[in-house]
Amino acid sequence: MLTQALFRALDKKAIWVIAIFLAVAVLVPMANLLIPPGQYGHVPTYLVSLMGKYLAYAILALALDLVWGYCGILSLGHGAFFALGGYAMGMYLMRQIGSRGVYGNPVLPDFMVFLNYSELPWFWLGMDNFWFAMLMVVFVPGLLAFVFGFFAFRSRVTGVYLSIITQAMTFALLLAFFRNDMGFGGNNGLTDFKDILGVSVQAQSTRATLFAATAIALALSVLVCSMIVNSKLGKVMIAVRDAESRTRFLGYRVEYVKLFAFTVSAIMAGIAGALYVPQVGIINPSEFDPANSIEVVIWTAVGGRGTLIGPIIGAIVVNLGKSWFTTTLPELWLFALGALFVFTTLFLPKGIVGLWHQAWGRMRRKTEHAERPAPPTPAQSADIERGEDPASFGHEAQPKPAE
Amino acid sequence: MLILRALRLVLLALPFLLLPSNAIRAQDAATDIPAAIQAMGEANLRELEQIVADLAATGSDTVVPVLTALGDGNLYLEETSGAVLIERGSTYLEPLSGEAVELGADADLSKIRVNNGLRRDIAAALAGMTLMSDSPARRLTAAQGFLANPDPANIPLLDEAIAAETDANVLKAMQAARAVTILGDDEQSVADRKAAVPLVASGAGRNALTILNSALNGAPEELAPTIQSAIAGLEQERAIWGALQNVWFGLSLGSVLLLAAIGLAITFGVMGVINMAHGEMVMLGAYTTFIVQLVIRQNFPGLLDYSLLIALPCAFLVTGAIGVGIERGIIRWLYGRPLETLLATWGLSLILQQTVRSIFGPTNQMVIAPTWMSGSTEFFGLSITYGRFWIVIFAIIVFLLLLMVLNRTALGLQMRAVTQNRRMASAMGIRTPFVDAMTFGLGSGIAGLAGVALTQIDNISPNLGQNYIIDSFMVVVFGGVGNLWGTLVGALTLGVANKFLEPYAGAVLGKILILVLIILFIQRRPRGLFALKGRAVEQ
Repeated sequence: MLTQALFRALDKKAIWVIAIFLAVAVLVPMANLLIPPGQYGHVPTYLVSLMGKYLAYAILALALDLVWGYCGILSLGHGAFFALGGYAMGMYLMRQIGSRGVYGNPVLPDFMVFLNYSELPWFWLGMDNFWFAMLMVVFVPGLLAFVFGFFAFRSRVTGVYLSIITQAMTFALLLAFFRNDMGFGGNNGLTDFKDILGVSVQAQSTRATLFAATAIALALSVLVCSMIVNSKLGKVMIAVRDAESRTRFLGYRVEYVKLFAFTVSAIMAGIAGALYVPQVGIINPSEFDPANSIEVVIWTAVGGRGTLIGPIIGAIVVNLGKSWFTTTLPELWLFALGALFVFTTLFLPKGIVGLWHQAWGRMRRKTEHAERPAPPTPAQSADIERGEDPASFGHEAQPKPAE
Repeated sequence: MLILRALRLVLLALPFLLLPSNAIRAQDAATDIPAAIQAMGEANLRELEQIVADLAATGSDTVVPVLTALGDGNLYLEETSGAVLIERGSTYLEPLSGEAVELGADADLSKIRVNNGLRRDIAAALAGMTLMSDSPARRLTAAQGFLANPDPANIPLLDEAIAAETDANVLKAMQAARAVTILGDDEQSVADRKAAVPLVASGAGRNALTILNSALNGAPEELAPTIQSAIAGLEQERAIWGALQNVWFGLSLGSVLLLAAIGLAITFGVMGVINMAHGEMVMLGAYTTFIVQLVIRQNFPGLLDYSLLIALPCAFLVTGAIGVGIERGIIRWLYGRPLETLLATWGLSLILQQTVRSIFGPTNQMVIAPTWMSGSTEFFGLSITYGRFWIVIFAIIVFLLLLMVLNRTALGLQMRAVTQNRRMASAMGIRTPFVDAMTFGLGSGIAGLAGVALTQIDNISPNLGQNYIIDSFMVVVFGGVGNLWGTLVGALTLGVANKFLEPYAGAVLGKILILVLIILFIQRRPRGLFALKGRAVEQ
């Protein structure tokens, strides 16, 4: 069954996406390490880290797309899962500092010495082991999503209500992690990392490796998502998105379908956070800011939700724009971001990918010289099957007034 | 020591023993006051003591400044003329008339020296005199002075004053002062001290607990239980007042939440539009207030006290107009797609914030509170600031007005009709787009009103709205969408709960707990406290 799912997943366009990111995972580090600086084709180390950051964001956007684009759950709390994964990674990195901290304590991180801790809090135990920490990266966001989702979906908290309570969850976590006595470094967070798996996080080769790991993780995420959405479960997810009550009346356990999607998505977000932290070098409570979670939503929306490639494109494009704006026109960035939100929701409900399909469909129709038929064309049926709204192909993509 | 104390007692009590009532005191001005003051200049300490007693015995208010100055070391002798003068700052005053005196170039001033014993005598004499003063306010101050510095030597004085006292308030204060003195005096009989305990507990106000606690240290065994039970009683009383104070703070916070959320209850509750830019409407209302006050201060300074009242309609119109603009420009394209509305209005909120930041700068702006909103009052044990008080009143007024608009006006009727069945309403001739725009404008306008109120308790910064948006959504969701009463109950409940959790859990943890409780509550009742029932819900 698994092989069948694998083949079905690889049968689609997804294989190209996976191949591209695997190639990127090899080529970029090579361009960084093997081509000497100054020569054509060399990728500077800072750029490798920056692109690694974007790819981590892309995983996060893909994770959100799995619940929002395919299952209709708009989570405004994915930033929290991302940050939790990041904190788990940060805790491991903190423990690796050892006695090289400012206070030279072999066990306690600096901020704990500063706050007069006598011993490690229980939740820091074992975080010096890499594999245990990686387990926590997966386990903590997964468990939170499972428990939260279990109760929320069981009591049929849907739509806007769910969005608002996920936002409340993020906000509560933001407040909690800002407290010094939580044992997570308060508002300074965790930073000043030294080693990862025995090698320096600052080293060029480590950065290249981290980039490769992120790119491979993204490729794997695409594979996993493709497997999910192309399976029968994926069809049910799309059914839940489009007509939840109807799906329930057909006999499906809607809450479990949603819980599955939500938990898998949270785990992906946690992994993205864990890959993000060593490349950026800091994790602090501002990652829990509800605004961040909403920003993730706009990446997904810009790229095109309900597609696998869309959120990746969206995350990379929006963050490229952010990097460009914040260096050249910092005061205009929020205008641009805000306008992006408004413009995308009004004119690009299917995102960049939808726009592409629209243009492609129009071109093809023109060559066929055919009127747009009332029943969906075979191509459209395939798209419907893949979970893409046929509305994005015709002129109906334009928003309609309320009446 | 004992002799000295006895002597002082006699000395102090002497004038009052001689002059048993206020009535005859006025006639008996046996001492020549100016002569006595004149004599102070050359007197030694012993003679000074006598003069002070004599002056006190006159009972005349005119000697109070002299005695006060002597006690404070501000009384000077001008050696050349032999005049006695009071120093105040750099001027010298004639002691009886209080007129400033021009000093000649050859003036030679020397301070009239007093020692600690004399200073105490003066203080006691002054207190005694003021205790017998004709003005009740003055007597009250004197009694409070005795209460703050109990001295067993003053008991006869107090007894005297209590006997002559006619004003009930002053009498209570004097009795409390006497009781405090007796309680603190080891030489009094246990029965007397026991009898004093309830008087202390009831009369000594805020200090009662401290006084009783210090009396408990070293109290004889028979006395201790009485004091302990009085302390327990006081502490219970204090706990009740503390709880009431918390309720007040909670109501005050709740009314702020209500103001912030009630506009949202219209746009989200009635229209089903998730307006993430609602917080920015609040912020724009606050900035409108700021501008109105700026204009008034520059052009009509006389109206400054009313600037908030003037700002109210301005803020309503400004934010209402912006709201109508948003509805016409963006939201009407997104009806039936609530999650998209959320994103679009979030983007809008970023734009509005950044616009305000570009115009006014990122720093906080100030709105001055009008005089009738500053200060506070004591209401029994509660301290109530006028600012908070008016916000509570204002929130209630806004709530009632809104309720009236929705239930008693044609627009309200149309709004409800469109909410319940858009197509039917349209078929009946209601201009639904117009009603949509008006509803959204109303919700936004009320957010602007909230902004005016918030200028009194919060900083006016571009981020003002951000601090309230999540709370507002919590209130609306908790109270139940589409129900104004739910919003009222939700806001007040959350406000009070927040303030009650704060002392135990701290402000931040309290807030986290509230958020977690709301998340859990939504599991139990996914549609809030007062959920709409029926088919309309599932749309």
